Amino acid sequence: MVSPALLNPMLDALSAVLVIPAAGAVALALLPGYWLSARLNVLVSFATLLAAVSMLLERPVPGTFLFVDDLNIVFVVLTAFVAFTTSAFSASYIGHELASGRLTPRYLRFYHAMYQTLMFAMNLGLLANNIGLMWVAVELATLTTVLMVGIYRTHEAIEAAWKYFILGSVGIALALFGTILVYMAARPVLGEGQDAMVWTTLIKQSSGLSPELLNVAFVFLMLGYGTKVGLAPLHAWLPDAHAEGPTPISAVLSGLLLNVALYALLRFKMLLAGNPAAVAPGSLMVTMGLLSLIFAGFMLYRRRDIKRMFAYSSIEHMGLITFAFGMGGPLANFAGLLHMSMHSLTKSAIFFAVGHIAQAKGTQRMAEIRGLTESHPVLGWGLVLGVVAIAGLPPLGIFMSEFLIVSSTFARAPLLALLLVLGLLIAFGALLLRLSEVAFGEPTGSTAPVKASYAPLFAHLALVLAAGIYLPAPLVAWFQTVARLLG
Amino acid sequence: MTGAWFDIAHMLAGGLVLLSLMLLYQDRMFALLNVFALHAVLLSLSVAWQAQVQHAPHLYITALIALVLKAVVIPVALRRIVVRLGIHRTIETVVGVGPTMLAGMGLVALSMVVMLKATAQADPLAREDLAFALSVVLLGLLMMVTRRNAVSQVVGFMSLENGMILAATGAKGMPLVVEISVAFSVLIAFIVIGVFLFRIRERFDSVDVGALDAFRGERW
Repeated sequence: MVSPALLNPMLDALSAVLVIPAAGAVALALLPGYWLSARLNVLVSFATLLAAVSMLLERPVPGTFLFVDDLNIVFVVLTAFVAFTTSAFSASYIGHELASGRLTPRYLRFYHAMYQTLMFAMNLGLLANNIGLMWVAVELATLTTVLMVGIYRTHEAIEAAWKYFILGSVGIALALFGTILVYMAARPVLGEGQDAMVWTTLIKQSSGLSPELLNVAFVFLMLGYGTKVGLAPLHAWLPDAHAEGPTPISAVLSGLLLNVALYALLRFKMLLAGNPAAVAPGSLMVTMGLLSLIFAGFMLYRRRDIKRMFAYSSIEHMGLITFAFGMGGPLANFAGLLHMSMHSLTKSAIFFAVGHIAQAKGTQRMAEIRGLTESHPVLGWGLVLGVVAIAGLPPLGIFMSEFLIVSSTFARAPLLALLLVLGLLIAFGALLLRLSEVAFGEPTGSTAPVKASYAPLFAHLALVLAAGIYLPAPLVAWFQTVARLLG
Repeated sequence: MTGAWFDIAHMLAGGLVLLSLMLLYQDRMFALLNVFALHAVLLSLSVAWQAQVQHAPHLYITALIALVLKAVVIPVALRRIVVRLGIHRTIETVVGVGPTMLAGMGLVALSMVVMLKATAQADPLAREDLAFALSVVLLGLLMMVTRRNAVSQVVGFMSLENGMILAATGAKGMPLVVEISVAFSVLIAFIVIGVFLFRIRERFDSVDVGALDAFRGERW
């Protein structure tokens, strides 16, 4: 029952991706002093990134608990990359929070340890070959982010963390129920015990599983993991958690954790797609995705808080991605995967800019932030570029994926495509309206320069721009393989 | 499987549903905690019975964890919190008892219909256990929705988790990894909740979640 990966933990990149953050978390929990731990955090994240990239070159052997395939490797590398850049951003952000007294050194130690624990949990969720293990990982990720969201201990932060905790736990509980139902469906075919929970065997036998049980299971999984994705009727935790926690955590939440939850959902969708007698999972995803998109589009107009606004924009984009995967087919799946990667990069870049802006101006209220391009030109233009990208203007990467989603939908379901375009235009208008107020005009508030790290912000934006202009052929081929895999 | 074994398993699972319904209308803190402790005792009996029937000794561990942690430690700790916060008065319910009970009965009926239909080929013990488990889960959700008090929401959440464990142990041969992790996550969840309650007390002098709603970040 012991997997090969567990027998030689030191030699295997697969284990390294998990062992490095776990060891880092322990070291950071023990290490006092902000300067050293912030740098160690960056170093650990970088080592994880190297291990993740090495898996691209040499695919590790799948075990009964962990495995790597074409689908999850994309997310593992993306997660490791954004985690690395965010840790660099976090180092300068946290320094300012310490200086302004919002965080004490004791909390910082906790913060850094939790950061690496979260990375461990997300990588575990992505690499798990066992549906039970995947569930445990998502639960661990939820608990760590709850603690991080509440770290400022203000009224708002505690409310946000409480709300996130309650809604997240209910979602997670429903997902577990769905997981148990999948096991029940698999047991008659695969026998009792371990095998009936292992992905690689489940997928091979998917056509033999009981379709009725799978249908019920998918409803629970959709509601459960959908809560974590932030889909519309279940999204209530998301804006609060983004607005009240430290900004690096907002970047990681939007850029990575939502993806991990959606990844879990995609896996189960593959399982249902492999069973011809089961209900097509797409329609549920299309409905919830479209609802999230349109709802979030309208909600964008009424935001006063800058981080909250971009949190709603995340709901919008996760809705769009869920919609694309719900439509299915090679083109829509390709667009969905591309959009997932582009959204991760762009949204975390925006949060990098917003974090420093909020520190420079000492507020998150948009009414008090004006004329950024004049008072803080680099940050201001960074934000402008990020928002232009997220709104879906050419030639940036998101334009391309949105264009693909819309055009493939027009070809297959014109009526849905009209609703989709409507939702996108509503969100587009809201974002540009707010951007023009915040970025241009007479500067207000403090104009003192802020000590910021621009490298992570512009590295992300450069990647998004590059992807919009030219996608390398191997990457396209790869995405196409995965898209076919998704069915 | 012979009749008596089957009937006892049914009785225990059905008893859990009954206690979940009782939880819905408890309007005093201590009574609520007592019923929850009973809920946990019944769960541990049910899990132990499954261990016996399935010849799966590792399930006894799950039963023991449920008994010690959920039937004794957590209720005692919550009782202390309740006393310290001075909220051993009546619980405010958002919806009245009548509509809540009706909704509860509707949920039980719904889960029976859904589960018995979906699991037509599965073995009878597992499918009916699963139907009971889903009822307990849905009733836990209902309780979380209808209560405003943080402590009773926590109790609602834990009764929901009891339903999960009932489902996991009813699924024959489900790997041990999952059971331990379920029990363990309850522990973690409780620690987190404990920390939260402490902080909420510290900041607001109230555990009424309604008081939290005043701060939205949107109303400047």
